[in-house]
Amino acid sequence: MAEPARMARAPGPLLRVENLTRYFDVSPPLLNRVFEGKGRLYVRAVDGVSFEIDAGETFSLVGESGCGKSTVARLVVGLYQPTRGTIDFEGVDLGSAKARAANPQMQARMQMIFQDPYASLNPRWRVGDIIAEPIRFRRILSGRAAIAERVGALLRQVGLGANDAERYPHEFSGGQRQRISIARALAGEPEFLVCDEPTSALDVSVQAQILNLMKDLQRRLGLTYLFISHNLAVVYHVSSKVGVMYLGRLVEWSETKTLFARPRHPYTRMLLDAIPDLAMSGRARTPVAGEVPSPLNPPSGCSFHPRCPWANERCKSERPEAQRVPGGGAVACHAVEEGRLPEGPAVAPPAIA
Amino acid sequence: MSALAAVRARVAAAWASDIAWSFRQSRVTMAAALVTLLLVGGAVLAPWIAPTDPFDPAQVDLMNAEIPPLWSAEGDARFVLGTDVQGRDMLSAILYGGRISIAVGAAAVAFAMLLGVTLGLVSGYLGGRVDAAIMRIADVQLSFPSILVALLVHGILRGLLPASSREALSVYVLIIAIGLADWVQFARTVRSRTLVERDREYVQAARIIGRGPAAIMRAHILPNVMSPVLVIACISLATAILTEASLSFLGVGVPATQPSLGTLIRIGNNYLFSGQWWMTVFPSITLAVLVLAVNILGDWLRDALNPLLR
Amino acid sequence: MSSALLEVRNLRVEFPTRRGTLRAVDDISFSIAPGEVLGVVGESGAGKSLTGAAIIGLLEPPGRIAAGEILLEGRRIDNLPYEELRKIRGRQIGAIFQDPLTSLNPLYRVGDQIIETIRTHLPLSEAQARKRAIDLLQEVGISSAAERVDHYPHQFSGGMRQRVVIALALCAEPRLIVADEPTTALDVSIQAQIITLIKRLCREHKTAVMLVTHDMGVIAETADRVAVMYAGRIAEIGPVRDVVQNAKHPYTQGLMGAIPSIGGAEERLAQIEGSMPRLTAIPPGCAFNPRCPKAFDRCRVDRPEPIPVGTTQVACWLYEDARAKEAVHG
Repeated sequence: MAEPARMARAPGPLLRVENLTRYFDVSPPLLNRVFEGKGRLYVRAVDGVSFEIDAGETFSLVGESGCGKSTVARLVVGLYQPTRGTIDFEGVDLGSAKARAANPQMQARMQMIFQDPYASLNPRWRVGDIIAEPIRFRRILSGRAAIAERVGALLRQVGLGANDAERYPHEFSGGQRQRISIARALAGEPEFLVCDEPTSALDVSVQAQILNLMKDLQRRLGLTYLFISHNLAVVYHVSSKVGVMYLGRLVEWSETKTLFARPRHPYTRMLLDAIPDLAMSGRARTPVAGEVPSPLNPPSGCSFHPRCPWANERCKSERPEAQRVPGGGAVACHAVEEGRLPEGPAVAPPAIA
Repeated sequence: MSALAAVRARVAAAWASDIAWSFRQSRVTMAAALVTLLLVGGAVLAPWIAPTDPFDPAQVDLMNAEIPPLWSAEGDARFVLGTDVQGRDMLSAILYGGRISIAVGAAAVAFAMLLGVTLGLVSGYLGGRVDAAIMRIADVQLSFPSILVALLVHGILRGLLPASSREALSVYVLIIAIGLADWVQFARTVRSRTLVERDREYVQAARIIGRGPAAIMRAHILPNVMSPVLVIACISLATAILTEASLSFLGVGVPATQPSLGTLIRIGNNYLFSGQWWMTVFPSITLAVLVLAVNILGDWLRDALNPLLR
Repeated sequence: MSSALLEVRNLRVEFPTRRGTLRAVDDISFSIAPGEVLGVVGESGAGKSLTGAAIIGLLEPPGRIAAGEILLEGRRIDNLPYEELRKIRGRQIGAIFQDPLTSLNPLYRVGDQIIETIRTHLPLSEAQARKRAIDLLQEVGISSAAERVDHYPHQFSGGMRQRVVIALALCAEPRLIVADEPTTALDVSIQAQIITLIKRLCREHKTAVMLVTHDMGVIAETADRVAVMYAGRIAEIGPVRDVVQNAKHPYTQGLMGAIPSIGGAEERLAQIEGSMPRLTAIPPGCAFNPRCPKAFDRCRVDRPEPIPVGTTQVACWLYEDARAKEAVHG
């Protein structure tokens, strides 16, 4: 995996993340530590995650709540700084606050779309000012008329009207607000969009509108997406590659079709198995026992071993590293590596039209 | 004409808004607003509506001293509320005194607000040591009564000033003293609201765009923390007027040549037991009514702006 | 229909506001047979949760039942005084909410809450009730229940808390459980566990369930029949297989097309344009007509009532003709 001889601006992935790690300090206050003999406490939100995203593709991260997928998104756009690891954007390392500040032209090329359409727009600003903020701040355009025209064009691009610029966010529905968020993200003319659960707060019919819009924009503007979601069906629909996270680690990634047809990691199989069956094939869901352990105190070895039906002594003691698998992708699992797992899809083959 | 129509539409929208509605629901609030309007209007317009100018020695005649109010046996039609020991018209003195009281109170609140909001924003947004330092100072100050803090600041500031400019600057000293005694509530409220807003996604969006902390605090967070600030400002105005009156009553406020309501009460108090009750009672009533009315307005504003109570 | 456990007739829920009365649930009728799982599905603002709240008598003021009747085993329960309603709630109707913390008091041990509910409704001694509480916790899949019964809600994880709430809802052996988004706050893997649990328990205890959710997948897996709600009305109601796989109402069709499916090859999802109308601006005629690709003149004027089409009831003018023809042909 390690390829140290990397050249700047070499043709290659748009984003390469290596050994990305972020711990959050949740220690009790100093006085309690001193007098009650409590130690420092860290949440290992992201623990050694590596992946690459090629230009023009959609890379999705899936996992249950607390798996660290949203933290990865925030690390990539620079809202958090990594504890360890590199974030390499077109050959430029953005893995520290200093590096980010030194490369505003790189930061300018990425934008983010958030989950909560009610919290992501400043309620006191007019929609036009919200969308114009990146344009004004980066001085992409100058002059009121030029900016107003661009804002109008952006609003039309996301399916709203140019005169919506005069209104305030509370006058819009959740789906429309998410469109405004997308317009704001596009205003800075980015190439790379980090989308953190962009549709999970929306109703199904509105979700379809937003997903279609995002696909259209990707095709038209050549955007690259890092897409964070807990919804496997949505992920299947939008992404070209999928990574599965569990307790801060990337346990498996692969091409979308491969991952869904032939999931390798036991956790991936479990997730796929848990999807509600709209086809009503009568397949019984096989719920996996247990729940996600606390990231404050993750299990030893492979953190999935307490819930894994194939776990053995090695899984309990030794942490599996991601291994490339034939046909693209990588899996971090001793059982897969040793060939202990029964082959074949855990899910009925894709037959749902 | 279309501009006029737009203005009319705006007024109609404001009248239909939730705040206007809650205002119309409460008779007490409407009465308080009317009283405040009358008192503030009277104070602002004092030079034009007061019967005499109490600060103009040419208009004051010692012969008119100690005339009781109009309705007493010895009342004089020229002096509705009577006169003081120097022959000044009490009504005029109250109007001019209210002018100084309100001006000092409002300026002190504005100063406290500026200081408190800035420190609260910085404290909440930056966090860490800055936050700890500011909030510990606030805690310490809160453990003293604000009148004591004001007295202390007042004493120190006067001590620092050269004797020659003390009189001229005394009003400003008073404003700073009261303001410094009052910033803590603003800072605490703004800080707690900032802590909430800081983690909201619109602030994160601005950070990703690349905007710096100062711009985010001013343009994004400030507008969203202002409604509680307005409530506190309104209630603080009542306390600031009272603090000013207390300081003036204690003799450390504005000079007697420019009496505020507090000064009037103090001066009149000396004659209370010799029978000239009107010199202290009328300024006292004015002060009480003003503070009560402003307080009621503040309470209403707090309820009207609180979405949970609506 | 007399065999129905729960019958809702022409229910209307209104919210008086100073800008006029909002009709959140508008003239809906349905019934639930003993032991049946009825799914009520719809997008936010469709009125599905309010329908559930009206049935358990937990409408938040100023919301109120403005018209209609709710009958449990043939007895009206919508106009009962508070005390009697409280007895029915828990004894005959259990409730499960999206956030388990709304049902559990954080200051009491979970066992005490279950025991209290049991003893309110059933003539059992303290010891018997405690035994029953432990059995119930075991039944909902909480290991070492004898020990966990004395824990506080915060000592349970989200999925475990929801299991406790299910035990609480079941403890007086109610005939009906109203479950409002019981799995929405949970992760997929936990969601599957809870669904399986609700299904198994209801089969074993012969309890009927009104399952309110926005998730078609959960409905497809769990429900026997499903009612699709839109803007306070029932658009379509029928056996779950027919509605999911052969939707009749254009709204249901659109909704099904909008759900991304695994294995599907479609590049774009079918989408319904626009969004659900606000309660202040429900269009005349069929509430769905501005978004409906098949709307015609009548849809914009007359409000369609549910009519039988095959096994389902559909409130849509498209099927009026079909029915008329059927009537002619006998």
